[in-house]
Amino acid sequence: MHDEKDDVGVAVIDIKAGQAVQGKALHGNAAPKLTALMDIPLGHKIALRDFKPGDTVTKYGCDIGKVVAAIKTGEHVHVHNLKTKRW
Amino acid sequence: MGIPTFKGYRRENGRVGIRNHVVILPVDDISNAACEAVANNIKGTLALPHAYGRLQFGEDLELFFRTMIGTGSNPNVAACVVIGIEPGWTQRIVDGIAKTGKPVKGFSIERFGDIKTIAAASVQAKEYMHWASELQREECRLDEVYISVKCGESDTTTGLGSCPAVGNVIDKSVAQGATASFGETSELTGGEHIVRAKAASPEVAEAFMKVWTSYNEMIFKEKTDDLSESQPTKGNIRGGLTTIEEKALGNIEKLGKKTKFVGVLKPAEAPSGKGLWFMDTSSAAAEAVTLWAASGAVVHLFPTGQGNVIGNPIEPVIKLSANPVTCTTMSEHIDLDVSAILRGEMTVDQAGDRLLDVMLRTCGGRLTAAEVLGHREFVMTKLYRSA
Repeated sequence: MHDEKDDVGVAVIDIKAGQAVQGKALHGNAAPKLTALMDIPLGHKIALRDFKPGDTVTKYGCDIGKVVAAIKTGEHVHVHNLKTKRW
Repeated sequence: MGIPTFKGYRRENGRVGIRNHVVILPVDDISNAACEAVANNIKGTLALPHAYGRLQFGEDLELFFRTMIGTGSNPNVAACVVIGIEPGWTQRIVDGIAKTGKPVKGFSIERFGDIKTIAAASVQAKEYMHWASELQREECRLDEVYISVKCGESDTTTGLGSCPAVGNVIDKSVAQGATASFGETSELTGGEHIVRAKAASPEVAEAFMKVWTSYNEMIFKEKTDDLSESQPTKGNIRGGLTTIEEKALGNIEKLGKKTKFVGVLKPAEAPSGKGLWFMDTSSAAAEAVTLWAASGAVVHLFPTGQGNVIGNPIEPVIKLSANPVTCTTMSEHIDLDVSAILRGEMTVDQAGDRLLDVMLRTCGGRLTAAEVLGHREFVMTKLYRSA
């Protein structure tokens, strides 16, 4: 995680479905613990909370787009469920 | 601690270069063949073929001349031979480059033909090569260097590791008096409020927002979808980046934590003073680095995630990556591996120190991966169709 307000984390190793995951924030003290529900490849994002369509995703403490399909904690967050609000 | 030094080339106008090229510069697409023939005749010279220079007009023509004159004027260029189809625009470019005080001569093809032009230009290029080969490097300081920064084929590791490492070098080197520039106008979208807050004055903030808004309006005018796979690129998406906002927030890490930017530059415009400058550029790597080289930048810092392999013929491009897969599978392209940041084994400050060391060694003559591998992407920016 970049910021303790973030609700997605970045996998810094390849994470396998079912694996217990310990998060760490670069800025702030957040240290979420969760279980990965899907494989999350290195560099890809994992949901740190449940999202419903229309929700905003926060990374770097900032808005990075809107949710377009429901996401459960521990699922993969990418182009299939997150879209830009800008273009 | 004093300002770091390295051995560089101090040019006639006082500017410091880190390479010593004799460039054979075509004015237009149809003079590429003659320039390439001269570069083939005279070993060690460097032809810069490109696609443009005919029937351009208005702001697009101004950008063309700025790019051509700026490229020849770059302190990494010792001397320059210019070849164009006709003498008028050829001489305009020669006169622009001559303001630096460096040796430059123009040749035009009409009323001579390729063969006679190539012969005459080759004789001149040979003299320049002998002269340039005797120029000596002398002690130069970090505050005499103009650095450009831009990332490519980014992924989430760029925002976590390699872009913050570049930002750390910007903070350290600008604090010591260096000149630097960032750009990628479209790729600040989603973080433009953060960039705006880094402007040194309200006037600079307003000038930045005007340029950013204009670029964003162009995208809205031309776009047919949400640009996914173009910006972010297919490679960005493969690496885990999802939206332009996310990409921009990683990109902006290159600006550093403390440094404010002091002004806004048109594409290929030279900064008028020290400090960090925003330049209005495309986010495509080769186009953007070509614009910075034309603005006088002598060394480029290039974070990559998935492995963009870009180089530039006159401005060495230093690549760093925090992606352990890229650093392993594409190691020949990477000048500095900062993947230890992801493992928690290296701080951003330590990565910045290592990058500054690689940059100073590059300034002193160490060839970059892109130079050794022969990457010489010279890609001019064109604003609209020719007349």
